[in-house]
Amino acid sequence: MTNGLNAMYTIWLREIWRFVRERERIVGMVGQPLLYLLIIGKGISATMGIRGAPAGVDYVTFMYPGIVGMSILFTSIFSAVSVIWDREFGFLKEVLVAPVPRWAVALGKALGGATVTTLQTVILLVLAPFAGIRLTVGGVVEMLALAFLLSLALTSFGLAVASRMTSMQGFQMFMNFLIMPLFFLSGAMFPLTDRVPAWMRALMHVDPLTYGVDALRHALYTGPVLEVMRAAQLVRFDLWTDIAVLAGLSLALSAIGTAAFSRAS
Amino acid sequence: MSAIVEVDQLTRTFGEVTAVDHVSFTVQEGEIFGFLGPNGAGKSTTIQILATLLPPTSGTARLAGFDVRKHAVEVRRQIGIVFQDPSLDSRLTAEENLRFHARLYGVPADVYRRRSEELLAMMGLADRRRSLVATFSGGMKRRLEIARGLLHHPRVLFLDEPTVGLDPQTRAAIWDYVKRLRDETGVTIFMTTHYLDEAEHCDRIAIIDHGRVVALDTPAALKRGLGGDVIYLRGPDLAGLAARLKQEFGLDAEVADGRLVIRTADAASLAPRILAGVGTGVESLEIKQPTLDDVFLSLTGRAIRDEEASPTDSVRAHARMWRNRR
Ligand SMILES: Nc1ncnc2c1ncn2[C@@H]1O[C@H](COP(=O)(O)OP(=O)(O)OP(=O)(O)O)[C@@H](O)[C@H]1O
Ligand SMILES: [Mg+2]
Repeated sequence: MTNGLNAMYTIWLREIWRFVRERERIVGMVGQPLLYLLIIGKGISATMGIRGAPAGVDYVTFMYPGIVGMSILFTSIFSAVSVIWDREFGFLKEVLVAPVPRWAVALGKALGGATVTTLQTVILLVLAPFAGIRLTVGGVVEMLALAFLLSLALTSFGLAVASRMTSMQGFQMFMNFLIMPLFFLSGAMFPLTDRVPAWMRALMHVDPLTYGVDALRHALYTGPVLEVMRAAQLVRFDLWTDIAVLAGLSLALSAIGTAAFSRAS
Repeated sequence: MSAIVEVDQLTRTFGEVTAVDHVSFTVQEGEIFGFLGPNGAGKSTTIQILATLLPPTSGTARLAGFDVRKHAVEVRRQIGIVFQDPSLDSRLTAEENLRFHARLYGVPADVYRRRSEELLAMMGLADRRRSLVATFSGGMKRRLEIARGLLHHPRVLFLDEPTVGLDPQTRAAIWDYVKRLRDETGVTIFMTTHYLDEAEHCDRIAIIDHGRVVALDTPAALKRGLGGDVIYLRGPDLAGLAARLKQEFGLDAEVADGRLVIRTADAASLAPRILAGVGTGVESLEIKQPTLDDVFLSLTGRAIRDEEASPTDSVRAHARMWRNRR
C-alpha cells in the first residue's frame, strides 16, 4: 500500500514536471478558450441579450464559466491521452515493468491530470478581470475545487478510453464525435432552459459537463444576481445536486478508468 | 553459483506464430548470458516473458525463485531492463528520468544521489545531466537507459540488443562497463544480440532460431564443436604437398579451390611445424579459426546476417527507425 501510494505520487509528480516544462502547451490550452470567450462572447454580447438575465450579466459574463468548463474538458482529455503517447514512445514500458501496482499508476495519472487542469484554471481565473469578469476570493476557491473534481472525472474517463486505443487517429475520431458534442451540450454557450427542444434538453441532462458548468456558475454569481439567474433557468440546478453528481461521477469514473487501464496493460 | 533464471519448456504463441517454442535453460547468478539469434528468433519475446510484461502460453519461468506469472511484482523488484526500443521520457532531463525511476523503485534519496552520480559519471553523461533527453544522441540515450536500469541494484539486468546502432567506441565502452559491473557487483547479465563479435564477450551463449534453442555453451566450446581450426596452404604442387604432409605428420589434407585444406584442433601450434617440415613447397599459409557465424551456419544452415526479414519484421524495424528519429 505505501508502495502504491509512493508510486502514485511519482506518477503524479511527472505530470507536474511536464506541465511546468511545456509552456507552449499552456499557452495553447489557455489561448483557445480565451479566443472563444473574446470573439464569440464579445460578438454575441454586442448584438444580443439573454432572456431573463439580471442587470450587469451580459453574454460574456454568462459564457465565462462555460469557457472555464471547456478549458477543463480539453485539458483533462489531453492529459489522459498522454497515455497513448507514452505507449507510442515506449515510456509506458518503463512504468509497467516497475514493481508497483497498476491501480497506482492509473490513479496517479488521473490525479496528475486533475492537478494540471486545476493549475491551468488558475491562469484562466487570473485573466478573468481582463474580460470584465469580477471574481471574489470565495468564488475563486470554489471554482478551483470544482475544477479539480470535474477534471478528475473527465481525466478518468479519458484514461478509460485511451487505455483501449493504440493510435492517435483513433483518438481524433473520439475527439470529434464525443468531446465537441459534450462541450456544445453542456450549457456553456446557451442555457439549459425549458425553451430548448425536449430531445436536446434530455441530452444536456446526461452530459456530465452540464453539472460542472452549472456548479461553476454557482461559484461566480452570488446573492440576488444568482437568484434571478436561477429563476430564469440560467443556473439550472441546486449547487448540492451539481456537487453530488460530480462527486459520484468522479468516484465511478476513476474506478472504471483504473480498471480499464489495469486490464489493458 | 546458483541458478537465478530457470526456464522450463517455455512457449509463447501469437496466433499462428510460435515466437518461443518449448525453450528450457538456466542462467547462473553472476553470469553474462547471451541470446544470439536472427531477427524474429524470439529473443525479445523471451525477455518480455521473464520481465513479466507478457504471459507465457505454456511452460514456466522463475526468476530468483519467483514464478513470473504468480509473483510478478517480486520478480520486477529483482530485475532491471533496457528494452530494445527506446523507453525514456524525452521531455524530461536525464536527471529527472533517473529520479523518476528511483522513486518508482523506492530507492532512498541518499542512495539515489550517490548512485546516480556514480552511474552518470561512468556513462560519461555527468555534464549533460540537466539537458533534456530530446537533445541526446542515440548513444547517449542508450547509456542513460543502462544507467537507469542499474539504479535500483537489480540482481538481473536484461539488455535487449543494447548496442544496436552505436558506434564501435561506444559499443566497446559499454562492454567494458558491463564486464566491470559484473566483476564488481556480481549482477547477472542477460543480453540479446545479433552481433556475433559481441556474443564472444558472454560466458555462455544460447543460440536461438525460430523460437528454439539450438545450442547452448561457452563461445569456445561452441566453436570447438565445429571440429576446430582450418589451415589453407598454397603452392605449386598441391598433390605432392599433400603426400608429404601425410607421410611426415599423418595429416589428411584435401585439395579445394586451388588450395590445400587441413582441419586441425590447434592451428597455431601446427602451422610452424608444417613450415619447418615441408616449408619449401609452401607459397602461402592461412589460418582460419571458426567464428560464431560458422557455428550458426552449421546449426541452422543459414548465415545469421543474410536472414531475410519477414514483412512484419521490416515493418517493426521501420517503426523503430521512425521512433528513434524523434
Ligand atoms: N505482440 C506481437 N504480436 C504478434 N506477433 C509478435 C508480437 N511480438 C512478437 N511477435 C512475433 O514473434 C516472433 C519473435 O519476435 P521477437 O520480437 O521475440 O524476435 P527477436 O528475436 O527479438 O527479433 P529482433 O532481433 O528483430 O528483435 C516474430 O515472428 C514476431 O513477428
Ligand atoms: Mg528483439
